[in-house]
Amino acid sequence: MIEIKNLKKSFGNNLVWENVNLTIPDGQTLAIIGKSGCGKSVLMKHINALLTPDSGTVTVDGKNVHELSYVDLRILRQRFGFLFQGAALFDSISAFENVAFPLRYFTKWPEEKIQRRVMECLEMVNLENIGDKGTAELSGGMRKRVGLARAIVLEPDYLMYDEPTSGLDPETSDEINDLIIHMSDNLNITSIVVTHDMHSVLRISDYAAFLDEQKLSWYGTIDEMRVAKHERLKSFTKASEYQID
Amino acid sequence: MDIFYDFGRYCQLLYQAIRSSTEVKTYYKNFVSEMIKTGYDSLPIVMLAGAFTGAVLTIQTSYQLVSPVIPKSTIGAIVVQSIVIELAAVISGLVLAGRVGARIATELGTMRVSEQIDAIESMGFNSISFLVVPRVLASFVMFPVLYIAAASCGIGGGALAGVISGQLPAAEFLKGGREYFLAWDVVFGLTKAVVFGFVITSISCFKGYYATGGAEGVGKATTNAAVLSCIYILLSDLLLAAILL
Repeated sequence: MIEIKNLKKSFGNNLVWENVNLTIPDGQTLAIIGKSGCGKSVLMKHINALLTPDSGTVTVDGKNVHELSYVDLRILRQRFGFLFQGAALFDSISAFENVAFPLRYFTKWPEEKIQRRVMECLEMVNLENIGDKGTAELSGGMRKRVGLARAIVLEPDYLMYDEPTSGLDPETSDEINDLIIHMSDNLNITSIVVTHDMHSVLRISDYAAFLDEQKLSWYGTIDEMRVAKHERLKSFTKASEYQID
Repeated sequence: MDIFYDFGRYCQLLYQAIRSSTEVKTYYKNFVSEMIKTGYDSLPIVMLAGAFTGAVLTIQTSYQLVSPVIPKSTIGAIVVQSIVIELAAVISGLVLAGRVGARIATELGTMRVSEQIDAIESMGFNSISFLVVPRVLASFVMFPVLYIAAASCGIGGGALAGVISGQLPAAEFLKGGREYFLAWDVVFGLTKAVVFGFVITSISCFKGYYATGGAEGVGKATTNAAVLSCIYILLSDLLLAAILL
């Protein structure tokens, strides 16, 4: 379980948010929503300690991630898969090698087993025929799917998605959403999704956290969100192409 | 204040690089490829720069030494010593500040702004051990090799220029060079090569690793890396001469 307590972050004199309190139960999917620049990705990057807060704590299974020794933090990070907004694939190696990358460093598996596991993950994201294509040859949707395959290759307990459907056409967005649902349902992974896409939020999430006015403005289940009286949340969701009512 | 802030971060990066230099498993693959990129791939430009420097130096020294009482072999002595003590290291250092420094800053800067460094960290890697350590270590090994190549080509180019211009035969040139040759001069030149290699790669890694702001930020980091490397090469050259000679 992930617990965030009284988190505060600022860059220089610019306060991003403060007093953020959240709990993400195991096996559930949380969507972090809010306007561009409100600090959604910043919040997510605190969960695996890619960023350090000004104050407050983030605990994963009872351990404060910002107080872990470097070795323990690295072990913890291996339990997280992270799909970055632009997929963050390494462009000096092929798509296949991108997925194999964590296995080559963190396991002592023989080559045959590594190849089998990579193919398994690529099949899961419907890219089994990707071969040795370079990352520059891939479309936006394919890049995200390779990024997702790389994120799940070590069988993480937690998956974090940063704008998984941004810049994609509706059909590819749906494919990515289906994959997220598949990961959550079949692999029992706890997921955190940063997105603007209300259509995705309604499809894939169990909980939603709305960041607004430099704080966590609203937090609850998706069913609660559908009937929430929170004016700014309603305004945000109504501005979306997909209205919740 | 920015200078002190940057210097502090630079020292911190170096400290972390030294601490993580024991993680050989993380960086040995990159170390080998960096030796090829920094050393082998830079050989042609360094040899060319060395050869032309030697040739020009021979022609200009011949032009200046017009006295009939000064033996022609003195030209060889001046050219060989100048190349071994100063020019092979400094000229190749300045050339490599552009070639190697700019490449490193661009690579790391692009990785930073496209979140590839975050991806490396989020997988549980030590990104400094993975990216910075192999680049700096490769320079320790390859810069002396490049210095030797530049010095050899400089002496060869000088001898050839003497023959082609009709100023002195190659045997006379080499006789002069041998007459005043000191093994310490080579040690001094090699020391400079190691220091320049460290200056170029550490500054470029620092500028690239902390690049911000998209394509413009990467461009700025690259320019700064090349310019600062040149400045610090000249400063450290002066410092080494003052201390060691």
